[in-house]
Amino acid sequence: MLAWAAVAAAVMLPLGIAAASPLMAWRGPVYIAACLAGVAALGLILVQPLLAGGYLPGLAGVRGRRVHRGVGLALVAAIVLHVGGLWLTSPPDVIDALTFTSPTPFSAWGVVAMWTLFGAALLAVLRRPLRIAPRLWRPAHSALVAVTVAGSVVHALLIEGTMGPLSKTLLCALAVAATLKALRDLRAWSPLLRRRA
Amino acid sequence: MTVAQQTRRRFLAAGVGAAFITAATGLVVPARAQGLAPTPTMRGGANNYRPGAPIVERIGGGGFWMTGTVRRAGDGAPLEGIRIQIWAHTTEGHERDPHSHGATLTRADGTFRLEMPQIVPAFGQPHGHLAYDDPAFQTVFLRPVMPSPRDISLSAHFVLQPA
Repeated sequence: MLAWAAVAAAVMLPLGIAAASPLMAWRGPVYIAACLAGVAALGLILVQPLLAGGYLPGLAGVRGRRVHRGVGLALVAAIVLHVGGLWLTSPPDVIDALTFTSPTPFSAWGVVAMWTLFGAALLAVLRRPLRIAPRLWRPAHSALVAVTVAGSVVHALLIEGTMGPLSKTLLCALAVAATLKALRDLRAWSPLLRRRA
Repeated sequence: MTVAQQTRRRFLAAGVGAAFITAATGLVVPARAQGLAPTPTMRGGANNYRPGAPIVERIGGGGFWMTGTVRRAGDGAPLEGIRIQIWAHTTEGHERDPHSHGATLTRADGTFRLEMPQIVPAFGQPHGHLAYDDPAFQTVFLRPVMPSPRDISLSAHFVLQPA
C-alpha cells in the first residue's frame, strides 16, 4: 500500500504542480494539453520499470507485464499528444526539433527518446507476430528503453517549463533508479553474454 | 599501455594548446583584417516571423523592454532608420499571434528600443525574436534567451552586411 502511495505521489505531484504553474495562464488549451502530456509521459516512464520488474504489490509477474504493455501504449499515446500539441502551437519549433536543427539543446534529447520509445513499443508489438527470439528481443527492448529513459530525463531537466524543479528532479531520479534496478534484476543483457561465452 | 597514455596526454595537451591559440588569434585577426564581422542568423530565429509587421509605438500593454543596436559590418558605423521586427511569447499572446509582433526604427546612434508585454518561458526557454529583413542589407534573424525569466528587459545587437 505504501509503495502504491509513493508511486502515485511521485507521478501525480509533478502533474499537479505543472497544472498549477503560473506559466499555464499564458498558454492556450492545446499548448497546455501538450505540456501535461509530456509531464504524464515522464510519470509513466517511472511506472514502466516498476511493472516490468514486478515491484508493485499485486502486479508481480505476468499480471505486471500485461499492465506494462497497456501503460506502454499509453506512453506512446502521451508522446504523440505531446509532440502533436506542440506542433499545433508552433510548427516551426517542432520541425526544428524533429530535424535536429533546434536552438534548444533539450529538443534533440527529447526527439531521440521519442524514436527509441517508438522502437521499443514497435518491438513489443511485433514480438509475437514475428516470433522474435528472447535472446534478441530482451536486450534490444532494454537498450531502446535505456536510451528512452536517459533521453527523457535530460530533456526534462534542461527545460525551463511548467514542472516544479524539485518534483521534476525527484521524478527523474526515481525513473533512472527504477530503470537501472529493473535492468539489473531482469539481467536484460544476459543473452548477449551467453552468446559470447 | 604507458606509451599509449603518454601519447594521448601529449595529444590532448597539443589540442588544448592549439585551441587556445586559435581562440586568441580568432579574437584579434579578423578585427584587424576586415573590421567588424556581420552577425550570423541564429538557429530558430525566424520561427513564427510575420513579414511586414507594422511599426508600432509599443506592442500591447508594455512593461518589458527590448533594446539593441544596429551597426554596419566592417567599419561598425551606427545605422539609422533600420526597421527591426520584434516578437515573442508574452503574457499577452503566443509567438504566432499577429498582436505579438511589432516593428521599430533605429535612431541616429543606431540604437532601438521597443516596449512590449513581459516575455514568459515558452518551448522551454524565455526568449525573444528579432528580425532585420529589408533590401539594403542581408537578412538576419536573432533569438536571444533571457538569463532569468524574471528579467524585464532583453537586448540583441545586429551587425549588418550590405546586400
